[in-house]
Amino acid sequence: MAGIARRRLLTTTAWLLCGAASARAMTVKGALPWAPGEADPPQPARPGPWVFFTPEEGADVEALADRLIPPDPDTPGGRDSGCAVFIDRQLAGAYGSYQGYYMRPPFQDGSKEQGMQSPVTPAQRYRAALAALDKHCRAAFAGKPFAQIPDDQKDAIIRGLESSSLQLDGSSGRAFFELLLKDTQHGFLADPIYGGNRDMAGWKMIGFPGARYDYRDWVERHNEPYPRPPMGIEGRPAWTPPRSQ
Amino acid sequence: MPRKLPGKDVVIIGLGWTGSILAHELTAAGLDVVAIERGPWRDTATDFPPSYAPDELRYRLHHELFLRPAQSTLTFRNNPSQTALPIRTWGAFMLGNGAGGAGVHWNAETWRFLPTDFTLRSHLTQRYGAAFLPEDMTIQDWGVTYDELEPYYDRFEHLCGTSGTAGNLRGVIQEGGNPFEGPRSRAYPTPAQKQPFSHTLFAQAAREMGYKPFPQPSGNLSQAYTNPLGVTLGPCTYCGFCEWFGCGNYSKASPQTTILPVLVRQPNFEARTECEVTRILLDSTGKRATGVVYADTSGEEWEQPADIVLLCAFSIFNVWLLMLSGIGERYDPQTGRGHIGRNFSHQTVSSAIGFFDRRKFNFNPFIASGAIGMCIDEFNGDNFDHSKLGFVGGGYMGQVQSNGRPMETTPVPPGTPLWGPEWKRAIRDNYLSTVFAGAGVHGSCYSYRGNYLDLDPTYRDRFGRPLLRLTMDLHENELKMSAFLTDKYAEIIQRMGATQVVKQPRKGPYSIVDYQTSHICGGAIMGSDPGSSAVNPWLQSWDVPNLFVFGMSAFPQNAGYNPTNTVAALAFRTAEAIRTQYLKNPGPLVHA
Repeated sequence: MAGIARRRLLTTTAWLLCGAASARAMTVKGALPWAPGEADPPQPARPGPWVFFTPEEGADVEALADRLIPPDPDTPGGRDSGCAVFIDRQLAGAYGSYQGYYMRPPFQDGSKEQGMQSPVTPAQRYRAALAALDKHCRAAFAGKPFAQIPDDQKDAIIRGLESSSLQLDGSSGRAFFELLLKDTQHGFLADPIYGGNRDMAGWKMIGFPGARYDYRDWVERHNEPYPRPPMGIEGRPAWTPPRSQ
Repeated sequence: MPRKLPGKDVVIIGLGWTGSILAHELTAAGLDVVAIERGPWRDTATDFPPSYAPDELRYRLHHELFLRPAQSTLTFRNNPSQTALPIRTWGAFMLGNGAGGAGVHWNAETWRFLPTDFTLRSHLTQRYGAAFLPEDMTIQDWGVTYDELEPYYDRFEHLCGTSGTAGNLRGVIQEGGNPFEGPRSRAYPTPAQKQPFSHTLFAQAAREMGYKPFPQPSGNLSQAYTNPLGVTLGPCTYCGFCEWFGCGNYSKASPQTTILPVLVRQPNFEARTECEVTRILLDSTGKRATGVVYADTSGEEWEQPADIVLLCAFSIFNVWLLMLSGIGERYDPQTGRGHIGRNFSHQTVSSAIGFFDRRKFNFNPFIASGAIGMCIDEFNGDNFDHSKLGFVGGGYMGQVQSNGRPMETTPVPPGTPLWGPEWKRAIRDNYLSTVFAGAGVHGSCYSYRGNYLDLDPTYRDRFGRPLLRLTMDLHENELKMSAFLTDKYAEIIQRMGATQVVKQPRKGPYSIVDYQTSHICGGAIMGSDPGSSAVNPWLQSWDVPNLFVFGMSAFPQNAGYNPTNTVAALAFRTAEAIRTQYLKNPGPLVHA
């Protein structure tokens, strides 16, 4: 975090006074604690091979994403729009471990109004559910993993997870379905800087112009289609080198 | 033992809107002020510049500008028969963190409450009779009137540069404004924002139905504005990344864009960030606060002595600190005794989604601001006759859609599968032609004997302090109100030309999962009687007169509006009372 370095630079009157330095707590006095060029920009998804998934897990998640958001003649599906890469990088980051969540015990089931009460993190849930899914598919389809079975069988399995009629060994199929669906849809529609929504396929499909930040010229042009192509935090796809994967 | 620091005149807990207002007013009066803020310093250029501020994943989905539940949370249950469980990730409401507080991430809707909102129990009792109110409804008068608060509403609006159209100027109703508002002494400092297509269409439909639509008062500015402190805000660009985000344009009113640049230059002010106050200290009599104890990021504890303690944290954390510090008597719902934790309430929001023919309607929903919108106020407060309706309360309603951010704003018609080609087609076909205001109906939430805050017996925070426990459910009165208002709202959406309208009235039980609003209030309520309130009409603790408690915790119940203008007006009013009355004669401003 750039912020830590910045904070270390600042005068920390109280701490010096008391002979105690603190890494991050700071005193602001006399002027805004601002220095040119300092910022806390997002971390782009790293190009290259899987970070969290094994190659087999990655192939299965790509196959799952491509059924949740299937390709059509106009728009790529979950696989080619990078949803699995997005999920992989998210699981390797803060989201994968529910960083920032209150994760102190005791854990116990509550009402649905009480919200998430599971100690299982997204990274743990993917790992366990993908292993159980692989086991199920290899047993049911002559040794084939999910990625290699026919599309109608893939859909039947996803419907089974959705309806809880298909149980995974040691892992909740329905909870995995909900997590996977949310993450895949986010991967389709998040800023491309995070590895999904490749070439802004999701944004182009719905007509969202992205991170443009200024529509003063169009706010009163009622019922007129917005004419400019989408733009992300890193600019437009044509401006940046293609990512691997 | 905490290490003791040199004393200050004033210690402020929390540097959000109220902390910033109080710090500025009291440093100007010559007092030596320190503000202790548990989150980081936040600065527009460093923390949310336009180059990366519009990041839905980071700020909306991953809550980056908010308090982390790992740092502090609360537990929740609907009723005492349940075991309260911790809120492990935020849902129903979002809690700010860092310099600027919730003023960084708010939508900047800058409403005034109705005059009758402040005298609610007396007004309703007089009009409908005491028996009209549910037996367990614990609404109260505030101990302050609209007329007393008006000059301070005016001050906050002129601090922010609020954009709007006056509806009642010194008693004269103005065309194009809200005819139901209380009289205002001056027009808004800047004209109303421009309105996109669907918002304009809503106003047209409402007008045709005999309502009086008006632009929502907005802290996203229609034009550049220099406030009385000499700080300049820029014009809003309708970027559609407002609530949950910091503004990279300096065009959303926040402490950063209105006060902090001036405040930090005062030689008698300092802020300490990433320092969390763990308790307020009392002297041996228990009637005087001597300062606060806080922990820095290394876990080391410090004692900051001060003559005046201003509790300016977010509402529920004010209540929590009072409980943890043993100030005031904790509320007991069985006996009704005690005031700390009593009258928790929230907001009863609802909506109706309108699906339109995409060949005829292109709304460009991404062109919006946080407080954009055309609203009507015919069904707010007691602006309409409740005598045959079987409920009290109401709310404003409008097309107030503030964004088209695709992860949260891709509505699909009912019956659409959750995934697969149908889902994909449905988000494509509906994104540009749907009216989807998350809180199109902004209903009040009145208070009840059984909705309250206390301390959890099981779950603790990182310092080992018991978490706050929320016991809360929706009551029949609010559910009836929500159904009635949502029907009225849906009629307008229908009139706009929707091919399908999906009503979403608020339903029980109260849930902490889906976002409603962050307007959680009560727990340390104000009033003119120490027998039924925690703080007096000057927000001064009845028990500890050198302690003042700001924010929504003082609301005896919630009105059908966003609360910030009222929170800030109360803060300005108290700042003036401290300057002109308390400093001359420290002690209770009201004698019980």
